[in-house]
Amino acid sequence: MNLSAIIGEALRALRQNRLRTGLTMLGMIIGVAAVILMLSIGQGAQTKINQTIAEMGSNLFIVVPGATSSGGFSFGSGSIRTLTIHDAQAIAELPTISATAPVISGTAQLNYAAKNWSTLITGTTPDYFSVGNWKIESGTFFTESDLRSANRVVVLGSVTAQNLFSDEDPVGKTIRITNRPFLVVGVLMAKGQSLTGRDQDDNIFIPITTSERQVTGNQFPGSIRLMLVQCKSADEMDIAEMEITQLLLQRHRIAKGKENDFTVRNLTALADVATGAAKVMSMVLGAIASVSLLVGGIGIMNIMLVSVTERTREIGIRMAIGANQRAILTQFLLEAMMICIMGGLIGLLLGIGGAWVVSQVADMLIVITLGMIGLAFLFASAVGIFFGFYPAKKAASLKPVDALRYE
Amino acid sequence: MLPIQTNHVGHSLIRIKSLCKSYNLQDASGKTVTNQVLFNIDLIINQGEFVAIMGHSGSGKSTLMNILGCLDTPTSGSYWLSEENVATLTNDELARIRNQKIGFVFQGFNLLKRVTALDNVATPLLYAGVGRSQSRKQALELLRRTGLENFAMHQPNQLSGGQQQRVAISRALINQPPLILADEPTGNLDTQTSREIMLLFQQLNRDQGITIVLVTHEDDIAAYAKRLIRLKDGHIIYDKNNDNEAILDKLS
Repeated sequence: MNLSAIIGEALRALRQNRLRTGLTMLGMIIGVAAVILMLSIGQGAQTKINQTIAEMGSNLFIVVPGATSSGGFSFGSGSIRTLTIHDAQAIAELPTISATAPVISGTAQLNYAAKNWSTLITGTTPDYFSVGNWKIESGTFFTESDLRSANRVVVLGSVTAQNLFSDEDPVGKTIRITNRPFLVVGVLMAKGQSLTGRDQDDNIFIPITTSERQVTGNQFPGSIRLMLVQCKSADEMDIAEMEITQLLLQRHRIAKGKENDFTVRNLTALADVATGAAKVMSMVLGAIASVSLLVGGIGIMNIMLVSVTERTREIGIRMAIGANQRAILTQFLLEAMMICIMGGLIGLLLGIGGAWVVSQVADMLIVITLGMIGLAFLFASAVGIFFGFYPAKKAASLKPVDALRYE
Repeated sequence: MLPIQTNHVGHSLIRIKSLCKSYNLQDASGKTVTNQVLFNIDLIINQGEFVAIMGHSGSGKSTLMNILGCLDTPTSGSYWLSEENVATLTNDELARIRNQKIGFVFQGFNLLKRVTALDNVATPLLYAGVGRSQSRKQALELLRRTGLENFAMHQPNQLSGGQQQRVAISRALINQPPLILADEPTGNLDTQTSREIMLLFQQLNRDQGITIVLVTHEDDIAAYAKRLIRLKDGHIIYDKNNDNEAILDKLS
């Protein structure tokens, strides 16, 4: 008997028992849909984190001043201004470092025409934009000469620009920051939320010199709140961290055994932890979904065993008119596999649809890859073969005379 | 033991020598009990014969039928079917013999449920490796000859008993086997339909030279055969030509 004929026989048998076929298929449908949905949510979370990390800038350290304590009270890191712009310049000279960006910050009230908006103000150097992987939407970043001359120029985050200007083009306009006029030179492209969920687009950037002298002020001139340090390559992160620490220890004249007055944090390492967590989550979700596939598979085996018993006489007739064991085995195996493959296809569509609904309703990033679809499909076929084989084998090894006599 | 009677109609199709069949059963206490059903059967059936095997229930006629049909294997002795020693064949080769050499007709018709008459007839061809459309074409031709052309797309439960049995006979004939085994083929039919079916067998035997082995416990059905064999308690007790063969040509 050729394969197409056996497929025909198997299809006919499935059609004859539509309700049972459908119910058995349901196990497969739910299993595959769950696997697709869970994998796509996991993959989406991973992709989202990777995007955020890429937007944050690569190979980043953040250096913050150390904690200070007085009378047993710790004031937390950054509470003392031990880091200076000169520290940042010195670190930038290290061979492993490509750039540094010192930051002082505060909040300020902005005015444009009749609108006003309160936001975070960041005083920094032009390098900040390249280190932090910012892209310009319109206009330019401010320049080294703006920095040297402490010009009143400002670059707006997209949310701030939207709130002050609505549809107007902000570039070339003058806004007032704590009542001083500033020329808007550029607007940044939106980045969205940071890993910690903060909106990164509601802020403004001005030269650190301008900020120190005219806006935020500075209790200790030259001190900074933090600095971003970018390493030249990912492989040199460890060496760079050591060199930064050495240099700062030396510059701050900290004796051995004394506590450091600064902290170097590896942001990329933090990002790796987040990626790893997302990966684990994605695997756990996939594993849970696979259990439903397994349960579906057992359901198929159960139904196929019932079917073999119920159709014993049919098997006997088929054997009497010339079916060999292989033909019977193939027919029953194909029946199980067709349930799985058809269920798998429906489940696939359902899973993709479900993922779309989740992405719309929960506003989550959902990623469906070809690999995922292939995996779910392969898994479904494997379940079909694995759980279909035993009942099919049982059917094929019946003795013709016993099968025919079966009532 | 009576001497084996041969009709010399043609070459021998079936040769059975000292064939025994016994079953192992578990009795109430769990002990294995051997129950012998056939004792040293010797039998030769030539091509073109029409043989009726008779006997009461428990005589071993069904067991003999199953062995003749390669559905069951003998415990000892030899069985040659057209020069092949069936006892030595593998399961696959037995399946091929059932497909090519033997056509079965059963008391309960044994058609595939919810499968059209046409596909029921075509199925043995599918197992022989013939394509689906070619099989259907041949099946339709055969149904036309049995006058069931208009019922080709009917399922068995939409057909009368006589029609079902004629579909079953068509199915038995589709691979043009030299041997047809009919196990109580009229058991579920009324007298008139039984006569029509027996006529069909006689025609097939006479016109196409197909060897027919009929198992029955009814004497008036056995009367249509040319040779009568009677089994009792696993032995052949009677084997003679039928001198009073019922001729039903007038009905046709």
